[in-house]
Amino acid sequence: MAFLEMIGLKKRYGNVEILKGIDLTLDKGGFLVLVGPSGCGKSTLLNTIAGLETITDGEIRIDGERVNDLHPSKRDIAMVFQSYALYPNMTVAQNIAFGLEMRGVAKPERDKAVDGVAKMLQIGHLLDRKPSQLSGGQRQRVAMGRALTRNPRVFLFDEPLSNLDAKLRVDMRTEIKRLHQATGATIVYVTHDQIEAMTLATKIAVLKDGEVQQVGTPHEIYNRPANLFVADFMGSPAMNLLKAQVAADAGRTVLRLARGHGGADILLPVPPSVGAGSALSAGQDLILGIRPEAITDKDSADKHSTAIEFVDAYVEVVEPAGSDTFVVTQAGGKEVIARMRSDADVRAGQTIPFAFNLDKAVVFDPATGRRI
Amino acid sequence: MSASASSGTAGGSIVTRVVIYGLLGLFAVIYLAPLFVMLITSFKSLDEIYSGNMLALPRNPSLDAWGKAWGSACVGLTCEGIKGYFWNSIKMVVPAVAISTCLGALNGYVLTKWRFRGHKLVFALMLFSCFIPFQSVLLPMATVLGHFGEIGRQLQDSIGTSLGFGNPTVNLVFVHTIYGLGFTTLFFRNYYEAFPTELVKAAQVDGASFFQIFWRILIPNSTPIIVVTVIYQFTNIWNDFLFGASYASGESMPMTVALNNVVNTSTGVVEYNVNMAAAVIAALPTLLVYVLAGRYFVRGLMAGAVKG
Amino acid sequence: MSITDKLSGRDAPRAPAAIGWRERLQEALPKIVLAPSFAVTLIFVYGFIVWTVYLSFTGSKMFPSYDIVGWQSYQRLWTWTFETDPPSSWYTAVVNMGIFGSLYISICIALGLLIAILLDQKIRGEGILRPIYLYPMALSFIVTGTAWKWFLDPGIGLEQTMHAIGWESFHFDWIKNKDFVIYTVVIAGVWQASGFVMAMFLAGLRGIDGEIMKAAQIDGASTAQLYRRIIIPLLRPVFLSAFIVLAHMAIKSYDLVVALTSGGPGGAAELPSTFMYSYTFSRNQMAVGSASAVIMLMTISAIIVPYLYSELKEKAR
Repeated sequence: MAFLEMIGLKKRYGNVEILKGIDLTLDKGGFLVLVGPSGCGKSTLLNTIAGLETITDGEIRIDGERVNDLHPSKRDIAMVFQSYALYPNMTVAQNIAFGLEMRGVAKPERDKAVDGVAKMLQIGHLLDRKPSQLSGGQRQRVAMGRALTRNPRVFLFDEPLSNLDAKLRVDMRTEIKRLHQATGATIVYVTHDQIEAMTLATKIAVLKDGEVQQVGTPHEIYNRPANLFVADFMGSPAMNLLKAQVAADAGRTVLRLARGHGGADILLPVPPSVGAGSALSAGQDLILGIRPEAITDKDSADKHSTAIEFVDAYVEVVEPAGSDTFVVTQAGGKEVIARMRSDADVRAGQTIPFAFNLDKAVVFDPATGRRI
Repeated sequence: MSASASSGTAGGSIVTRVVIYGLLGLFAVIYLAPLFVMLITSFKSLDEIYSGNMLALPRNPSLDAWGKAWGSACVGLTCEGIKGYFWNSIKMVVPAVAISTCLGALNGYVLTKWRFRGHKLVFALMLFSCFIPFQSVLLPMATVLGHFGEIGRQLQDSIGTSLGFGNPTVNLVFVHTIYGLGFTTLFFRNYYEAFPTELVKAAQVDGASFFQIFWRILIPNSTPIIVVTVIYQFTNIWNDFLFGASYASGESMPMTVALNNVVNTSTGVVEYNVNMAAAVIAALPTLLVYVLAGRYFVRGLMAGAVKG
Repeated sequence: MSITDKLSGRDAPRAPAAIGWRERLQEALPKIVLAPSFAVTLIFVYGFIVWTVYLSFTGSKMFPSYDIVGWQSYQRLWTWTFETDPPSSWYTAVVNMGIFGSLYISICIALGLLIAILLDQKIRGEGILRPIYLYPMALSFIVTGTAWKWFLDPGIGLEQTMHAIGWESFHFDWIKNKDFVIYTVVIAGVWQASGFVMAMFLAGLRGIDGEIMKAAQIDGASTAQLYRRIIIPLLRPVFLSAFIVLAHMAIKSYDLVVALTSGGPGGAAELPSTFMYSYTFSRNQMAVGSASAVIMLMTISAIIVPYLYSELKEKAR
């Protein structure tokens, strides 16, 4: 049995259904990231786990115990908020100890717990300060410290890094990951940042409009997105989603894509990800999904790949990004972004061969949006 | 209102600047004149007032008029000065401000952080009560206070104490608390509306109860709005005349009513110096608050005027 | 929004077994805390208003009577409204209300805006000037009335002072003149409240985005144009708030008239508020007094209710 279970969870405000039947589980020590665009219900879902919002229907279980009707303080959870929610009138030490104090833990024990946490997070020198005297990163640490002292069954994180600047965010991300590895805590983490989701999670749930779109490991979500939404949402720059048509060419089934700047259509073999069981019929419309890093210059094509196709295409824009160079061309009626080596010799206006790694490509049914 | 950047343009010609400063100076003189005249008059002798120039400084400044106003001026038929009435006002203002502020804080807390269905209607009804002309409740309240007086007399007869029923000061505290609730609730509601709800959630997760959250989290972070509310209520209740004139008479009158009686006692020569000294004394507490905490005073006025 | 729903239990059917009396008490606590204040407001504000309305339909004279006699009091007020020769005190009160209300509001707004704009020209010493314009608001109307009564008294105040310094022909006896006494109330009222209106406008001016003004200056607007075309239109909400506050103060004002004029020579400074007071408490016409209070309430409501409604609705967004 999983440690944390959400079964058929629904939440309605009046007539608006925010959560439309969520089923999710998480094992002890797991790191579940709820990711999705704003308004998808991920924060509401987290709040229902915390008990800060009631559920309309369904069940939440922690360690086998049904907690639907338990007050947040009785669920043995701790939460780190987006704004950190540090009590401005209390010192850092008082903030960290407040939860223990409310639970009637004696002062000496509280002090011990605070010291332990402070050591772990390296905030010992801040204990007597007020939150207003701390930097963003320090506040973030204190907020985590407050959660850690309680040693709860489940940690809940509500977009904890979104108020930090880019560099600090990366540092804190590593810090959280290290903390998870060190403590083996069970964590549910909400974010809209798909990179955070990829780097932190042992399990990702992608949400949209109050429904789970896909649950899986970061690897599964990234490489085998269940539908167009997940494909588009995860990854930056986003996956190229190109209109294609099934066609027969010299006895084999191929995908035909319109070329951007005139000339004969591009013909590509069907990617290996399409199962043998799914029959494609000629003339069928499809959407080919291929990530920018699977479209490269000729020299950096993946040598382990079984299906590289070279396509000559016109280079519209070149965007050097330091570690890589992004190259924009046209295919299937849309812009296509390719990710090339930073020193690739590409200039706008040229026509060069692009290497398509079809091992990494996926195909979607445009009618249902599902992967084939 | 704080010292943020002016929106007006700097520079302009010297003439423009002179005109601007001239006008502002003129206005300042006009606004200060009545207070100035009140003050200098209170230090003059009656002869000097009747013969001299209102704007001239006193020739022999004396505190006689102040002493008389405080200790022996006639209010109606009794001639014991206004000191008793000054204390009446204090005894009325302190509890009324304390009670209405506490209740307002609790109401604001509930109306923002523990909302229930219909919370908007409750707030709207309390808010509207700030604006009613008190004339529309004056008579029923007089009747009810009359009944309180009867209850007080019966209690006095049966158990030997009236428990405050019928006591004019208690009555005024009661009235000012009730009709101040709308404002105090408005102040705290608007303040707590902007107070981060995540703090309340965090405290709930930490296991704090309804009152623990209020005392430990909300109140310690409410100093500015408490100051604003206390000042606003203090000024309003101290300066009230209508309720005082309607529900208190004789020895129990508050300061404003007594001052009006001093001024309008038309026996013999009008002692302008005494009147002015009495007026300054009546104005002193609120002026003092204004000087000491003008910023909060203005914020209260604004909050009471511009909701949002 | 969240915890709130939880405690209202609005859409949370719960297993009754899971809830003990403690939890139930905790859930009801917010309402229990709010209830006394709300009940008191319902009884002593709305209940009393109903009571006053009821009294206005009775024949109450010196003591309240509870026999409905119908619209009599309102009919009398209505007749008095047109009784101009000699003017009834209700007629005087209504006309004075019109004069006082319109002058008080317009002068306060004009003066407040003028001073605010002047103060907003990067003035040195603003910190000293601003409190000077605003302090009258801290005074009681009784104090204001006392001060101005003396200031305007022709025998001893301004007029006499002008004579003393040689301006023999100076004549200013409005406070003793029944045709002009209401204007002295306007003067004292404006003196008291205009600083506050100034503060409102100043806050509004400081809230305007500086970049808009830079843009207008780059577009070639002169200072006058800048104010007329950009800034003053942007201050519309402040005009509205100032109007609401002043209108409501004007209708309620009672203390100032009493202290400044004691009703004025021959009741010439009567306002609806003083009319209500004297008819209710000294003229033994309680029903008529109540009817006038109801009319005051309705006038204020006509101004305040739409304003509050739009304010609350806007917030809800």
